[in-house]
Amino acid sequence: MESKTTHPSLTPTAPIMAPGHSYESISREVSDVVLEHNMPRAWYLCLFGVGLPLLGVLGLSTGMLFWEGLGLWGINNPVGWGFAIVNLVWWIGIGHAGTLISAILLLFNQDWRTAINRFAEAMTLFAVMCAGLFPLLHVGRPWAIFFILPYPNTMALWPQFRSPLLWDVFAISTYFTVSLLFWFTGLIPDLATLRDRSKGVRRKVYGAFALGWRGSAKHWFRYEMAYLLLGGMSAPLVVSVHTIVSFDFAVSVIPGWHTTIFPPYFVAGAIYSGFAMVLTIMIPVRVLFNMTDFITVRHMENMAKVMLATGLVVCYGYMCELFYSYYSGSEYESYMMTNRMFGPVGWAYWCLLLCNMATPQLLWFKAFRTKAIPLFCVTIVVNIGMWLERYVIVVTSLRRDYIPQAWDSYAGTAFDWAAYVGSIGLFVTMLCLFVRFLPMITIFELRVQHHEMERGEIR
Amino acid sequence: MNDNAVELKERLAQKTGPGYWRTMAEFDGVDSVDALVHKEFPNEANQLLDPVSRRNFFKVMGASMMLAGLTSCARQPSELLVPYVKPPEELVSGKPQYYATAMTQAGFAMGLVATSYEGRPTKLEGLKEHPASRGATNSIAQASILDLYDPNRLDTVSYAGNISTWKKLVADMQAGINEVDAEGGDGLRILTGTVTSPTLGWQLSQIVGEYEVASGRYNKGAAKYPKAQWHQYEPEGRDNVRAGAKQAFGGYADTVYNFADAKVVLSLDSNFLMEGAGAVAYARDFAASRDADNNGGHMSRLYVAESTPSLTGANADHKINVRYSDVETIARTVADRLGIAGAKPAADAGSKWLDGVVEDLQAAGGASIVIAGEQQPAVVHALAHAINENLGSAGTTVTHIEPVEVTPANQMDSIKKLTEDINAGKVKTLVIVGGNPAYNTPADLGFAEAMLKVGRVIHLADSMNETSIRSHWVVPQAHYLEAWSDARDFTGTVSIVQPLIKPLYGAKSATELIAVLLGEENPDGYEILTRYWKFQLGGSSFNKVWKTTLAKGMMGDPKRLKKVNVKCKSNFGTHKVAETGNGFDVLFRLDPSVVDGQYANNGWLQELPKPLIKLCWDNAIIMNPQTAKDNHFNHEDVVELSCNGKTVKGAVMFQFGHPKNAITVHLGYGREEVGPVGEGRGFNGYALQSSDSPWFATGNLKPTKKKYMLARTEEHWNIEQSIFDQGERAEERHLIREADLSFYKDNKDFAQKMGHPSPERDMTLYKPDEKAYRNGEGYSWGMTIDLNKCTGCNVCTIACQSENNIPIVGKEDVNKGREMHWIRIDRYYRVEDASVSDNPHVVHQPIPCMQCENAPCEPVCPVGATMHSAEGLNDMTYNRCVGTRYCANNCPYKVRRFNFFHYQIREGQDAPTLKMMRNPNVTVRSRGVMEKCTYCVQRINIARIEAKVRDQQRGGTPLGIQDGDLVTACQAACPSSAIVFGDINNANSQVSKEKTSGRNYALIGDIGTRPRTTYLAKLRNQNATVGVIAEPAVNAHHGAAHGAAHGADADTAHGAEGGHEEAPHHEEETKH
Repeated sequence: MESKTTHPSLTPTAPIMAPGHSYESISREVSDVVLEHNMPRAWYLCLFGVGLPLLGVLGLSTGMLFWEGLGLWGINNPVGWGFAIVNLVWWIGIGHAGTLISAILLLFNQDWRTAINRFAEAMTLFAVMCAGLFPLLHVGRPWAIFFILPYPNTMALWPQFRSPLLWDVFAISTYFTVSLLFWFTGLIPDLATLRDRSKGVRRKVYGAFALGWRGSAKHWFRYEMAYLLLGGMSAPLVVSVHTIVSFDFAVSVIPGWHTTIFPPYFVAGAIYSGFAMVLTIMIPVRVLFNMTDFITVRHMENMAKVMLATGLVVCYGYMCELFYSYYSGSEYESYMMTNRMFGPVGWAYWCLLLCNMATPQLLWFKAFRTKAIPLFCVTIVVNIGMWLERYVIVVTSLRRDYIPQAWDSYAGTAFDWAAYVGSIGLFVTMLCLFVRFLPMITIFELRVQHHEMERGEIR
Repeated sequence: MNDNAVELKERLAQKTGPGYWRTMAEFDGVDSVDALVHKEFPNEANQLLDPVSRRNFFKVMGASMMLAGLTSCARQPSELLVPYVKPPEELVSGKPQYYATAMTQAGFAMGLVATSYEGRPTKLEGLKEHPASRGATNSIAQASILDLYDPNRLDTVSYAGNISTWKKLVADMQAGINEVDAEGGDGLRILTGTVTSPTLGWQLSQIVGEYEVASGRYNKGAAKYPKAQWHQYEPEGRDNVRAGAKQAFGGYADTVYNFADAKVVLSLDSNFLMEGAGAVAYARDFAASRDADNNGGHMSRLYVAESTPSLTGANADHKINVRYSDVETIARTVADRLGIAGAKPAADAGSKWLDGVVEDLQAAGGASIVIAGEQQPAVVHALAHAINENLGSAGTTVTHIEPVEVTPANQMDSIKKLTEDINAGKVKTLVIVGGNPAYNTPADLGFAEAMLKVGRVIHLADSMNETSIRSHWVVPQAHYLEAWSDARDFTGTVSIVQPLIKPLYGAKSATELIAVLLGEENPDGYEILTRYWKFQLGGSSFNKVWKTTLAKGMMGDPKRLKKVNVKCKSNFGTHKVAETGNGFDVLFRLDPSVVDGQYANNGWLQELPKPLIKLCWDNAIIMNPQTAKDNHFNHEDVVELSCNGKTVKGAVMFQFGHPKNAITVHLGYGREEVGPVGEGRGFNGYALQSSDSPWFATGNLKPTKKKYMLARTEEHWNIEQSIFDQGERAEERHLIREADLSFYKDNKDFAQKMGHPSPERDMTLYKPDEKAYRNGEGYSWGMTIDLNKCTGCNVCTIACQSENNIPIVGKEDVNKGREMHWIRIDRYYRVEDASVSDNPHVVHQPIPCMQCENAPCEPVCPVGATMHSAEGLNDMTYNRCVGTRYCANNCPYKVRRFNFFHYQIREGQDAPTLKMMRNPNVTVRSRGVMEKCTYCVQRINIARIEAKVRDQQRGGTPLGIQDGDLVTACQAACPSSAIVFGDINNANSQVSKEKTSGRNYALIGDIGTRPRTTYLAKLRNQNATVGVIAEPAVNAHHGAAHGAAHGADADTAHGAEGGHEEAPHHEEETKH
């Protein structure tokens, strides 16, 4: 640890935590957000102005969708998957940051993850929840969706294990379960802190969830081991989930889908978009909740660097696709790329290149990594770009495939947009409730960090 | 029996008092009965005596209230549940029965076989022996079953919009007759469509005495109302055909063509493959004449000069697009060059094309046909007759027969006269038999306004239409599957129209209504029909003939019309070159789907993509994209079209190969009084039509700022660019493989050498799925579609819709690309040069499910709802499907169809009558499931059972399903026999033989799908004088030899070839 931080190239430019804090002040500042209920005005605006209304939109549009049928969406015969799958992949991608930060950075001993892991993990869970919503909405007969599960039945019917959609079910549900456990395990010591600092009903509720945590050495020993094990379990999941999601496309025969580059390219894209989303949310939150002391410029910069790196991997993926379509010599592949670039929705491709390839190059400049507003803008652009990327992959490949007379256009309807913004509403609502009821930063880890800083082990 | 009863009985026996009593008390005194009751019911007895106990009060009250409640319940209607004590003849529940019948289209018969399940007709097929159907059908006939069950049909006789009865109608009609009886029927007018029905003709002739056909079947003197008049009007105008014959021969005669024996065909704007009473038969004959493989390498050659793109033009070897008026110039030039006197054109229409025509016609001699379009003026028909006679084809490929119609007449003149007479106040009672003249007559006649002046209008109509709402009496018209009738087809053969079901709404047939005019009060269609045929055939002969006639569906030869020997006269007038005004040529055509508008409420026809333009649910102002650009119109722009002093608004639709500065308007849309399906569709072309020149006008276009959405079943994007891209891709991907006959003769397997070859079955890392590939054991179903025969007529699509209970989705959903057709017709324009829009080469390709052996849809379904059957079918399990649509995405042919809504109950499709129509052997799919072509698996299973039964009865080695036992719905309906289906394990089956043809190729087989449906390459028979299409891009390196190498040493051969194979292919592709 020592040697790592002292290496000149890795010398941090900003401290990991602002000076002048004590163990007490850390606990107080983080837990007061929850216990003293001093929510900033923006929180009310987010929850009641954005989250809940959009959640209502989601509920209403979903109700109508279930009542009327999928025809309310813009999908059609060549383009069987539209916004729903675009959103699914987008949300799953976003849901990668949390586990990556918590698990992989934990395994790599990256100390700066401390202040952001709780938040990122929560975001992961909510993003996976949003993602999980779409497969349910998008099937033709949602009331029969349990057919997809391998449950014992009198007809001795199994699902089809060759289908990537079935792999998706396992991959996403495993990911969600492990992420939830990981997040909850990490919460236990803090829940105990909240229990100890609160009174009345809240004390009982927090107490129940704290599972009798008393902070004994034995507890800590077990906790560290469990957390490390869960981290070890989560790490491969970060790679596997989006790999399997990419199989939905890569296993098919559709030009533009049938590509071996998809698994790594999807994973890199997922981390890229996940970090962008963490930053998008964290940049305002750290200001609004007075957390600038704990979530510092250092964090922003590090995350911007990860974005830049993964963004470059994504660019490599784009270049690979281009090269394959030329080098394969396949008429279908080469036309797919021509169509992607110059076809009816060519604009989407150029937009995505602008958003995902050109814009992140700004992160080479320190100002864009450390200044809140420019960085925030870049992350927004990347979020849009990653959505467009999935749109281009899903829609433009399908709308013009093998048989030209079967080509057709696609446009999302009001219901497609309602489901999309509705899922954002669900996400925002969950986040608002999370910051209201749970400590958004890991208190005990900050205290450890404080201890280490005092001892000069980290800066 | 207890003691008390015994005691009572004894006392009764002793009784001698009054013989009647009302109660026991009266009989025996109060006390004794009470005592008896006490003994019988000791516990309850007190209560009987107790005046009113609380307990009792509540009991009685409760019971009363309960009973009172019961009385308020609706009484169940009494129903009779009667088993088949005496079942109809040969009926086995669940087994269909087949009856021969016939449908009339614009008056002419097409023989059909109707399938009936427990008395419900569900499907129509062509009658094999019938000259007009030859076992196939057209899309109108297929869709007519939907008309029978149309929930918007008229269901009662009405008078002035109020429900009335047949009895009251009869009384009023007789009152009407009585009014004019004294004047010999003056003031009584009957308006019908074209009548070929001998029975109806006989009836009409009894009224008006106009029956003048040579056989002398009616004595004019006996006309009941000699001053009454019979008018005929059919929008499908054969006036020019009749006038042409009259001009050529001096009298009416009908012409029947024999395309099977023709070597050269010249169509002068005639769409003989699609339009007219003989189209189905002509398509079959034409296809036969093009079958180079079975004709010793010979193929007929078709030249087409057309003023608006048609399917006939699309199937031509050499087609030119000309102005409407130039067709006459071409006809005159051809006639003149062939040495026909008096045909000289004002200026010779010389062109390479024309040189080729004349050269070929001269060479073919009698084995040629020149046919003029129904919309072309009489002189073109006369010229065509003269050319046929000159070449000696009259008598060989062209036969003239006495007129098929009962009374041929110029129908436009006929309706004109009727309108004039009404306006002059000469008409007192007008009986309109079917049709919709208030809508489908040219607007300048003013028939709709005129008919309001008649004192008594009686309209026999199938549904409420523009004419019905202007009539006093409206009588529901029986569908042809509901009433007895007869009709002749285009060859003059008599068919008996046999009903399969009692009228659903008490509807009446034309003969029944006309019988009222003849004084009958309760006419019976069957009785009228048999009365006529008894009269015609004579009593003894009738009994012999009638049953066989019904079974066969048509009369034997004696009742065919005679051939006539006519001689052409050379009176072609002088040629006046039409002026080129500053307006557009406006061409009126009947709509390919809804015809004259009578099928506007038929959802299947509305949703059937119109040939070439793929437009559904609307008509449009169709023009060449270049013309549109020159005038700054865009696709879907609403424009004002004015001609003949009238203006309508319609949307611009681009069509490639449309003559410049001309627009085509399809009639039959813009219906005002129609069921919900046809409501608000398109604009009314009749409003522009003039009675003097119904098919051609000069008009002007004015832009408006509006747009109108046109639903097409192809990509909705920049239409021009999209169609260009599609053509280019089809070429690059070798989707369509075609060559000229001259090339084919030396390169029989050219189609198999194009593009990348299909990978061998063993070229996989995995063990091949033996079940899917199973060959030589059991059945293996396969299909071939011969692109050389397919004309693109659409009937397979609608036959499949009828067979497989496929719903319609409506205009909005067609526009979104959600049409449900299991078999669609892809249409490509061949991009040979930059001028695609001028005169493109068109190819049609029907696409059903390919039933791939390596089906990409199967492994991706997470629930295993689509699986491979042992016989090679790619089966759908609707119950298991959850609707992920992954299969549809992964289908390279995009043949899978998804139920985005519960389409089966949308668009009014949940009407109870429509449920009667559905095929009971095919699951009605619900919302959210995937569906697709099944190779008509229900028919396979029926055939399997029948074959087993047959084998058991026969004994010996079981033969199983033989070729011909089984046809799919699309195959059965196809007029040109392009679709062949059968067992590919049986080497003698037709499909196996076709698959061994050198023209056989798999569509995008190079991706390894191994489709069971394959295509036979298209051939053209072009004249080198005119120009031959480019030779196909045959790949020297790929092909049969290459395939064999794979087979012999799959692994190593491919590895080695991979490198050097790819390079030359790239060159090939970049050359395009």
